[in-house]
Amino acid sequence: MKGLPPVLITAIVLVAGFALCAVQFPNIASTRVVGNLLTDNAFLGIVATGMTFVIISGGIDLSVGSVIGFTTVFVALAIERWGVPPLVAFVAILALSGAFGAAMGAMIHVFDLPPFIVTLAGMFLARGASFLLSTESVPITAPVYSTVSDFALRLPGGGRLTAVAIIMLTIVIGGALLLRLTRFGANVYALGGSRQAASLMGVAVGRMTVKIYMLSSLLAGIAGIVFSFYTSAGYSLSAVGVELDSIAAVVIGGTLLTGGQGSVVGTFLGVLIQGMIQTYINFDGTLSSWWTKIATGVLLFAFIALQQGLVALARRPVAKRAGAVS
Amino acid sequence: MTALLPRRGLAQILALIVILAVDRVVSPQFFDLRLQDGRLFGSLIDVLNRGTPVALLSLGMVLVIATRGIDLSVGAIMAISGAIAASLADSHSLAVVLAAALGAGLICGLWNGFLVAVLGMQPIVATLILMVAGRGIAQLITEGRIVTFSSPDLVWLGNGAILGVPVPVAIALGMLILTGAVVRGSALGLLIEATGGNARASELAGVGTRAMILAVYVWCGVCAALAGVIAAADIMGADANNAGLWLELDAILAVVIGGTSLFGGRFSLILAVLGALIIQTMNTGILLSGYPPEFNLLVKAVVVIAVLLLQSPKLSGVAGVVARLRRAKA
Repeated sequence: MKGLPPVLITAIVLVAGFALCAVQFPNIASTRVVGNLLTDNAFLGIVATGMTFVIISGGIDLSVGSVIGFTTVFVALAIERWGVPPLVAFVAILALSGAFGAAMGAMIHVFDLPPFIVTLAGMFLARGASFLLSTESVPITAPVYSTVSDFALRLPGGGRLTAVAIIMLTIVIGGALLLRLTRFGANVYALGGSRQAASLMGVAVGRMTVKIYMLSSLLAGIAGIVFSFYTSAGYSLSAVGVELDSIAAVVIGGTLLTGGQGSVVGTFLGVLIQGMIQTYINFDGTLSSWWTKIATGVLLFAFIALQQGLVALARRPVAKRAGAVS
Repeated sequence: MTALLPRRGLAQILALIVILAVDRVVSPQFFDLRLQDGRLFGSLIDVLNRGTPVALLSLGMVLVIATRGIDLSVGAIMAISGAIAASLADSHSLAVVLAAALGAGLICGLWNGFLVAVLGMQPIVATLILMVAGRGIAQLITEGRIVTFSSPDLVWLGNGAILGVPVPVAIALGMLILTGAVVRGSALGLLIEATGGNARASELAGVGTRAMILAVYVWCGVCAALAGVIAAADIMGADANNAGLWLELDAILAVVIGGTSLFGGRFSLILAVLGALIIQTMNTGILLSGYPPEFNLLVKAVVVIAVLLLQSPKLSGVAGVVARLRRAKA
């Protein structure tokens, strides 16, 4: 229940913002726009779900954007140039990205290195590897791709819930359940609260660290596949800077960057808020795209300042008691 | 000089020599220098010139990291100051342009420092805000266009020469000496290291940790703004989208290669700048070798991993044992 208030605030911001948008542009409040919003942000929602686990555990993963880029290039080349069936290519890239994340997690744990710099190296490595594969955009023409991008559930009001949006929603729900209901999820929170305490309680810290980064990279791989569905191409420069967008979504969603608190649902709401700002700017037409960045920055500041206040309030009596005892 | 160049710089100097030797093999003309129109030319000068922005960034970054912080916003600050300099260059004197651009860096640094020191935010998050919003602000200043200018004063700052040395290199050298004189010529450096080592203990011992933290972020902002002005002067224009893009990562990398721990504490200015030069020497070497520049990122990744493993607390324990054994034998 501890994580609830920040999530509630995020939800209120989302609803209020959406209402404001709808007042100005009544067309925004349609299933068509909402469906597009889900489709356009599907890959972001998937990566941000993985990022939530990493950040709650007290870490950070800067490599996800590069993993997405690598995945799109790898999948495109495998299908188009090497003649691999799409399904085999998907399994191969997921195995590869999972192993990549596991290696980063192992490095962080075994050599006791800061996650920031290890995943920074991973970011360079994955981006460099995708440049090596191909620097050009490789179009994907496999029939699976047109089938998947044509598939959509009709929503009342003319909206379309596309396949990539459905994949994203499934992963968000799965991620939320994994975090809330399983031992794995509880261990993630324990790790973020205090590594030492978690270790003393019997959590296998090393194995958990490896698993968490593996999960994040695996989800980045899935996001890459979804991204290739979305663009029907593989490009080594795709998804540059997505790691920042996903970290921003996680923070706006009320997850504490110091770890130990947060939720996947909040992250999903954070993704929607970013998508909503983008949609509003598109509808307005006179505002330029840079306002998205400024608005996201302002929101980031507001949420972090709020959390800081809440944490300070929560800690104050504890600190006093501790002082009295000693 | 001993204050600036500690004994532990040996590994970095060796690394630079090795990379220079590799560059010499790849490109036989690597060490050739020639004087033309009162300015030195050659691959070595090119390395120094191209390495200037990251060297300037690392100069501020190393102080921030020494306090256990990190500044992700330096690339965005470069974009902002470059945008300001480019839009004022043709209508104002160089002094006004520099004052405005560096002033903007100062304000950005104050903002970061305020968030970290006064509000107590985590440095990664606090500077992430400006990293995201800053590029938007820079685009707001340039109105999304690439602003070009032709003011000879500002162009000189990026392409001129003093006694044969390119102006950017001279500026970076001047900043290194200035920063070194301020932090090592006084107790300031020691206080910064104390803050990073243990902020609470330092606070109790009477160190003004808040002031220290605020000061290093301000200095980092000013260094970043200077780098932004030089980068803009170099290309005679400001591109808010790409100026300084991802350079924050290079700067952090330079500091880490320079042996300063991300966990704060001891730092070395000169080794951080050396780290920036190592990165640039690698980049230039790859360019000269004719390999596609795409190899850059892969090589960089391998270097980061190697440096990390060398610095790992666990492995350094092993290295310490080895060193002790050797000393015992000798």
